Amino acid sequence: MSNPLKSILLWVAPLAFLVAFYFYPLGSILHLSFARSDTGTLTPFLEAITSSRVQRVLGFTIWQAILSTFLTLLVGLPGAYLLARYDFRGKSLLRALTGIPFVLPTLVVAAGFNALLGPRDWVNVVLMSLFDLTEPPIHFINTLTAILVAHIFYNTTIVLRLVADFWSHLNPRLGQAAQVLGAGSWKVLRHVTLPLLMPAITAAALLVFIFDFTSFGVILVLGGPRFATLEVEIYYQTISLFNLPLAAVLSVLQLGCTLALTVVYTRLASRLSRPLPLRSQRYTQKRLLTWRSRLLATVTVGFLLALLTTPLIALAARSFINLGPARTRGDTGLITLPQGFTLTFYRELAFHSRESIFYAPPTTAISISLGYAAVTIILALALGTPAAWALARDSQSPLNRALDPFLMLPLGTSAVTLGLGFIVALAHPPLDLRASPLLVPIAHTLVAFPFVVRSLTPALRSIQPRLRQAAAVLGATPRQVLRYVDLPLVGRALFVAATFAFTISIGEFGATALISRPEYPTVPVAIYRFLSRPGALNYGQALALSTILMGVTLVGMLVIERFRLADVGEF
Amino acid sequence: MKPKISLLLILLALLLAACRPSTGLEPRVLTVMTHDSFAASEEVIQTFKTEYNVEVQFLEAGDTGTSLNKAILSKKNPLADVFYGVDNSFLSRALDEDIFEPYDSPLLADIPENFQLDPQNRALPVDYGDVCLNYEIAYFENNNLPPPISLEDLLMPDYKDLLVVENPAISSPGLAFLLTTIGHFGEDGYLDFWKGLVENNVLVVNDWETAYYTEFSQWGGTRPLVVSYGSSPPFEVIFAEEPIEEPPTAAVTGDDTCFRQIEFVGILKGTPNRDLAEKWVDFMLSTTFQEDIPLNMYVFPVNTHAKLNETFLKYLAIPEKPVTLDPAAIAANREAWIQAWTEMVLR
Repeated sequence: MSNPLKSILLWVAPLAFLVAFYFYPLGSILHLSFARSDTGTLTPFLEAITSSRVQRVLGFTIWQAILSTFLTLLVGLPGAYLLARYDFRGKSLLRALTGIPFVLPTLVVAAGFNALLGPRDWVNVVLMSLFDLTEPPIHFINTLTAILVAHIFYNTTIVLRLVADFWSHLNPRLGQAAQVLGAGSWKVLRHVTLPLLMPAITAAALLVFIFDFTSFGVILVLGGPRFATLEVEIYYQTISLFNLPLAAVLSVLQLGCTLALTVVYTRLASRLSRPLPLRSQRYTQKRLLTWRSRLLATVTVGFLLALLTTPLIALAARSFINLGPARTRGDTGLITLPQGFTLTFYRELAFHSRESIFYAPPTTAISISLGYAAVTIILALALGTPAAWALARDSQSPLNRALDPFLMLPLGTSAVTLGLGFIVALAHPPLDLRASPLLVPIAHTLVAFPFVVRSLTPALRSIQPRLRQAAAVLGATPRQVLRYVDLPLVGRALFVAATFAFTISIGEFGATALISRPEYPTVPVAIYRFLSRPGALNYGQALALSTILMGVTLVGMLVIERFRLADVGEF
Repeated sequence: MKPKISLLLILLALLLAACRPSTGLEPRVLTVMTHDSFAASEEVIQTFKTEYNVEVQFLEAGDTGTSLNKAILSKKNPLADVFYGVDNSFLSRALDEDIFEPYDSPLLADIPENFQLDPQNRALPVDYGDVCLNYEIAYFENNNLPPPISLEDLLMPDYKDLLVVENPAISSPGLAFLLTTIGHFGEDGYLDFWKGLVENNVLVVNDWETAYYTEFSQWGGTRPLVVSYGSSPPFEVIFAEEPIEEPPTAAVTGDDTCFRQIEFVGILKGTPNRDLAEKWVDFMLSTTFQEDIPLNMYVFPVNTHAKLNETFLKYLAIPEKPVTLDPAAIAANREAWIQAWTEMVLR
């Protein structure tokens, strides 16, 4: 039925890209690292695996990732249900707002949580005055709770987007039929809805898990020195100790875990997904008419906003408030009193006060960020769509089964390792890109690519072949089938994929900091420059620029929502 | 259709990247690789460009350790002509990996001997800065408590719960403070001192940003003592929100309480632009560049003829006897020291 040659053709571009910009650099750095070992390749492996330190790190990495993923699903699924099944005002805004955390660099998120929960900030000050305490009761940073909360904060949007999109096209008739046959709503959920949703839920869980598993900034900044994931340990071994053989072993270990998990996932996914009678949202979504649905919506939206936006609001608020120096120091300890409204930090941002060579006004940094994001969207969609298409055409073909798990690997790869890989590998023409600004969107595309594939494949798989066949029988050319059958069906998924590519590119900091050129700073890089210097003006400008980043992201996501392809011809 | 488009895009991208102008009458290009804290005034760099009709391209490559690793890993096919930013805690790594060519700059004559740590002049000193304890002045005034003047003071019950430090495994000032304690108490005594700090409830965070902006009482926190830089107090004046007269913080600069970090520049082995690279090194050591350093990079010039900005002179306290350790000893023991520290402080 399906032509294997066509599958191979579809794979050409994505594979060429991955080989050139992922496997080749990664292979080069691993090869070079092991070559530096005095004792051969095997010994560092044995040493690492028998070391109690490495075992502890690996154990913690897996454990916190499982816990974080579970909690993220728990928080995200009710929201996904609401977004999928109900039509209400402000839905686009809610979707965009819940997506902002995903974009923010860790240092900014830490600043946001601290603006809320810091020893002298809103929550603690209120609690201290309410209960007459002398010490701030909540200490947020350097705790496991901080790690878990931050992971939920970052990744809930993945669940909301992937699951809600799929769910919104699920035919509610199936559930209704079960109800008519006497099943309670719990039973319907367990035996009808959840099994049908499994492809989307597992895809989301996999992405969330890999993100948590390779977590770096959150662990470092919010978790503090007592916690280390593999990624943190790789950074320490590479940068602080320059123990490249051990770092390489840890990288391989991390990749191995990602690969094993992805293999399990792909086996599972091909069994779970089936062609479904998809329905237009207009058909599947209800309005919030009953009091029960309204209550559900209020509670869910309230909870999501409280969790995902209060740190953002606290951060934005601080960028408009004087940071010092007027402070009162009562007998009970330290209390910061908000000093009133100021635009100083924004004024300072716009005013080129010190003629520094790498100074980029915020407008320039925003343009640079948007430019990189645009290239990333184009590249990631151009490469991800054929790959997803090939996967969806025939998930049982040996080629697809073999290739599928490898697509996720870039997500599970240490940024430090890959960044150094670029330096080692891309050193010769025509690939001498080491100093090229293009390296930034290429690195962003590597991260965005798996998201594009994961967002598109479930949608493409669920297209019933009969629809295409029917169109063909009725005389449609392959192009027409693409335009009038496939595109409307996957349009929304394309838009989800584009949003992911946009947000990944706008917010990426770790890899960007390693490879960006100083005269082309992205917004996160510019924020970091301010944050790493002492003085109220520097800190204030970092907060102000973070607030601008949130604004740009919000606008960007709302604009993408407007251009939703699906509305062109949703059936 | 789709694969064709993407192939085209990639080819286009590669083409664009490959088509860099290489010959002709354009000025020559000198590439300078640095860490991400590098900054300089536009006009200062311009004087160099004009004088030698040269285009200067800067490559920032992450923090000090990361950028050095990149320079080492690309030594067979160097990314740049000059590397600036290796400090004395990483100097041995750079010298052992043999990435620099020696250069006896005439300007070394203006630089005190004690900054010149490499006798072969492969790495030439450019600037220095001290990692020192900082304190919030108001806290100590309001509590009628004298600020500490020595490391031993930190063990007194009066200073319980007051100090926040950075993790030496991750943070550069954190490592510098650990090295201060090793330099002062010796390899046999530093762990006992840290044991005392733990009993006095020292707080450890991973990075300077968290220590300074979240935990330090001058900003978001409750701890009036923080490991930061000797230059931080003047910057609190220069970057104050509203103009202020006196810095709200001060540095502890008693003997043996600060660690001196010295940053070096070197000509990368195999550069095809050796003549320009030498000119650049001379330029970095000249007063033109040296006097521009403090306000851009928050560290101080090593050239004795360079004049400091007035605000600096007014608020800056430079320690007379900071701790220094032999870079080779740091390189040899870094892992063991950090490991022992971790066992003592974090477990």
